[in-house]
Amino acid sequence: MSDTSAALPPRASSRVLRSLRHNPSAIAGAAIILPIVILALLAPVLPIPSPDATSWTAIRKAPSALHWLGTDELGRDILSRMIWGARASLLAGVVSIAIALVTGVPLGILAGYFGGWVDMVISRVTEALLALPFLIMAIALAAFLGPSLTNAMIAIGLSAMPVMIRLTRGQVMAVKAEDYVEGARAIGLNHLEIMSRYVFPNIVPPIIVQATLTIATAIIAEASLSFLGLGQQAPAPSWGAMLNTAKNFLTQAPTYALFPGVAIFLTVVGFNLLGDGLRDALDPREQ
Amino acid sequence: MHPSLAPDSLASDARPMADTPVLSIRGLTTAFRTDDGWREVIRDISFDIHAGETVAVVGESGSGKSVTSLSAMRLLDPHLSRVSGEVLLNGRDLLRLSEAEMENVRGNDMSMIFQEPMTSLNPAYTVGRQIAEVLMRHKGLSRHDARAETIRMMERVRIPNAAGRFDQYAHEFSGGMRQRVMIAMALASRPKLLIADEPTTALDVTIQGQILDLIKELQAEEGTAVLFITHDMGVVAEIADRTVVMYRGDLIETGPTGKIFADAAEPYSRALLASVPRLGAMAGQVAPLRFPKVDMETGAVTAEPPLARSVDYTAAPILSVRNLVTRFDVRAGILNRPVGAVHAVEGVSFDLWAGETLAIVGESGCGKSTTGRSLMRLIEPRSGSVTLEGRDLLSLGGAQLRGMRRDVQMIFQDPFSSLNPRMTVGQAVAEPMVKHGMIGRGRAGRQRVAELLEQVGLPAAAIDRYPHEFSGGQRQRVAIARVLGLEPKVIVADEAVSALDVSIKAQVCNLLIDLQERLGIAFLFISHDMAVVERISHRIAVMYLGEIVEIGTREALFANPQHPYTKRLIAAVPVPDPARRRMRRDAGASELKSPVRALGYEPPARHWADLGGGHLVMQAE
Repeated sequence: MSDTSAALPPRASSRVLRSLRHNPSAIAGAAIILPIVILALLAPVLPIPSPDATSWTAIRKAPSALHWLGTDELGRDILSRMIWGARASLLAGVVSIAIALVTGVPLGILAGYFGGWVDMVISRVTEALLALPFLIMAIALAAFLGPSLTNAMIAIGLSAMPVMIRLTRGQVMAVKAEDYVEGARAIGLNHLEIMSRYVFPNIVPPIIVQATLTIATAIIAEASLSFLGLGQQAPAPSWGAMLNTAKNFLTQAPTYALFPGVAIFLTVVGFNLLGDGLRDALDPREQ
Repeated sequence: MHPSLAPDSLASDARPMADTPVLSIRGLTTAFRTDDGWREVIRDISFDIHAGETVAVVGESGSGKSVTSLSAMRLLDPHLSRVSGEVLLNGRDLLRLSEAEMENVRGNDMSMIFQEPMTSLNPAYTVGRQIAEVLMRHKGLSRHDARAETIRMMERVRIPNAAGRFDQYAHEFSGGMRQRVMIAMALASRPKLLIADEPTTALDVTIQGQILDLIKELQAEEGTAVLFITHDMGVVAEIADRTVVMYRGDLIETGPTGKIFADAAEPYSRALLASVPRLGAMAGQVAPLRFPKVDMETGAVTAEPPLARSVDYTAAPILSVRNLVTRFDVRAGILNRPVGAVHAVEGVSFDLWAGETLAIVGESGCGKSTTGRSLMRLIEPRSGSVTLEGRDLLSLGGAQLRGMRRDVQMIFQDPFSSLNPRMTVGQAVAEPMVKHGMIGRGRAGRQRVAELLEQVGLPAAAIDRYPHEFSGGQRQRVAIARVLGLEPKVIVADEAVSALDVSIKAQVCNLLIDLQERLGIAFLFISHDMAVVERISHRIAVMYLGEIVEIGTREALFANPQHPYTKRLIAAVPVPDPARRRMRRDAGASELKSPVRALGYEPPARHWADLGGGHLVMQAE
C-alpha cells in the first residue's frame, strides 16, 4: 500500500524488442531485408561468377541452369551483378542517411534548443532547401560534384538533411519543455551536457524511424542517379545502372529490366515496413 | 478480497426518490488488453443513481473510477477493452445497444464533462456553434432556434454577456469560462444523467467553488442525476449525496456521504479520509506538524512526533529577496514589437531563514512559480536583488552561477516529467554530485547514492532501475534524493506534492519535514493547496497578480486573514466535512484578472500595514 514498498514492477527494458517481435509489419520488413543484406555481404564468397566477367558466347541469354537470371549484353551473369549491385544500393542507402543524420541532427538540436536567431537562420535555410524536390536537389548536387558513387551518396545525404533538421528541431522543442531539462539547468549542467545527456537520448526513437524510412527513399535516389549515369560508374554493378542498360533491350529481353526493378521494389517495401514497425514499437502511446 | 456488496437501492436511504433509478450499474467488469492477455481493471461494480441525486465515485489514481464512467458511456476502444455486466439507463441496457443507437444516447440522454477545459472544446469553431450543434443534432432545432436556445443556455451557466460571446472562439475564454461552456453543452439537451469526470481539478480554487455551485443549482432546477468522479474529498463533501469508494478496481463501500465521512464501515475508506489534509486542523499550532500516519489496511491513525527543531529568527536570514521584478514582453504585429508586458512578478520581497518553510500561495497565473524560477535565475528577472548568505545571486556570471546552483535547488511538480527517462535512478541521483566534484563515478559514489536513496525511503536496489518503473510518489522521492545530494541550503518546491495521491502526498510532505528537521534546509514551498500549506509551513506569503498581498506566520494568516483576496482564497477551499457544507450564495462568474499591462506601466507605490509579528498586509489604494 505504501509507495515505498520494495515491490518494484518487473523490468521492461526488453519491451521494444518484444513489441517488435509481435509486429507483423516489422517481421515482414526484416524478412525481406535480411536475406538481401546477407547476400550482399557474402557476395565475395558466394559461388557465383565475377560480375565483371564478360563472355562473347553468352550475350543476352535467357535464364538457364548455368545463368539463373540470364546474362546481359556483354555476357555478364545477371544474378552475380544483382548480388554485387545490392552492395551499391544498400551502401548508398546507409551511408547517405548517415551523412544526413550526422549533419542534420546536430543542426536540428541547435535550432530547437537555443531558439532565437540560431533557430531563425537554421530554419529559414532548411525551409529554402525543403522547397526543392528531394530528387531534383540530389540530381543537381550529384551533377555538381561529378559522377561517382561517393558523390552520389553525399548528394543524397545532403538532400535528406533538411527533413532530419526539421524533425529533430520539433522533437527537441517538445523535450525542452519537460521539467527534467530545466532541472538539469538547476543542478548546474552546461548547455552541451544538457543537449547530449538530456535532450539527445530522448529524441532518438523518432529519428531512428525516420532514418529507416528515408533509407528506402535514398535507395530509389541512388538507383535514379545511377540510371542517369550520375551514380555507380561502369563497369561496377548497380541496380539503377542495370535498369538504364536494360531499357535499351526491353523488347528483346524484358526479364533483364524486371530483376533490378523487382529488387529495388522489394528493398524499398522492406525498409518501409520495418520503419512502420519500428514506429509502432517505439510509440510511447503503446507502452 | 472485499465482500460483494448488495446494490445500495436495498440499503436504507432516507431520501424519498423515484422508484426506478436513472442509472443502474450492475456487475460492471472491464478488462483491458495488455501484452500478457486480458487484465481486469474494474471488477463487479454495482450502484444506482436516482433523479436529482449526486453520486460521487472517489478513489486514488488507478482505482478505476474513470474507467467506470468511460465503460458506462461506452467510450473505451472496443478492440482494447472488454466490458461486461449491465448499465441500465432508464431501464435500457447500454451495453447491448448498437454504436448508432449509442450515438443518440450520448449527449442526449447522458452527457459528460471532462477534466481539461483547455482541450475539450474544438478551437476551430465558435463556442456558440458548438453548443448549438448539440441542440440541432439531438433536439432537431433550426439554426435560428438553436442560436436563441444556446444564448439562453449560456446565460443559465452565467457567462456574462452571452449574446456577445456566442461568436467567440474557445481561446478567448478563461479556464473557468470554458468549463461553463462545457457544462452548457452537456446540459443543452437536458440529459437525464450528467457524468462529470474531475470537472474542477484543473481549475483554481475560487473558480472551482463557482463551478460546483453552478452544477448544484442547475441540478436542482432540472432534476438531473449526476455521477461525479473525483479524487478530492473536499469536493465530495461539498457536492455528493452518496459516495462510492473505489480501490484498485474494486468497489469498497457505498453509502450516504455523511455516513461515509463520519463512520465508514471499511478500513480503506477510513484510511482514505484520514489521509486528507483538513484546512483548519492546525488552529492553535505554532510549528508545522507532520501528517499523522495512516495504516491503509486497518484505517488506524497514529500521530507523528511534533517538530523538534525551531527556527532561529534572531539569526540573519539565509535568503533575502528584495523588489524582485520579472516581466515578459507581449509582442504583436508584423514587426513583432512589444505592445505590453506580463507583470509576472512585481516588487516581491521576503526573507527565508534556515530550517524554515515559507509557502507561497495563490492561483494560477499569480506569479508564484515565476518567483521561484526567477530567484534561481532559471528565468532572468528584470530587477531586484536576491541575496543568499550575503552573496548577490543576480550579479553572478556563468561559472559562478553554476556553482551557486548547488546551494539553491528545485523540486518540480510533475514527477513524470522531472526525471530524464533515459537515465537510471542511480545516474540521476549521482549526476549533480559528480558535476560539482563531490563524488567520483566509482564505488564510493555508488555507496553515497544508495545512502541518499535510503534517506528518502527508497530501497538501494532501485539504483539500476529506470524512472518509468516507479510510481509517482517514488519518482518524487528520487527527485528529492537527486537534489539532496548537493546538500542545498534552500530548496524551491514548486507544487512538489500537488500531483500525488492523498496518502502519498502526506508521506512526501512528512519526508520533507524530516529532512528539514535533520539537515536544516529552508523550503520555499510553492503551492495552491491551502490544506497542505497549513500543515507544512512556518510562514505564508499570498500572491495575487504578481504581487505579495499578505505575508505572515501561518498561524496569524489563517486565524486573522486581512487582505480580501486572502479571505476569498481561504473561504473557497472545499472542506472535507459534509456537516460543514456551505452553499455559497455569491456564485457570480468572476474571472481572475490578467497581469498583462500596457507598455511602460509602472505599478503604484504600495503601502503596507504591519499587524505585528511580521504580519504585513498590502493596503488598498
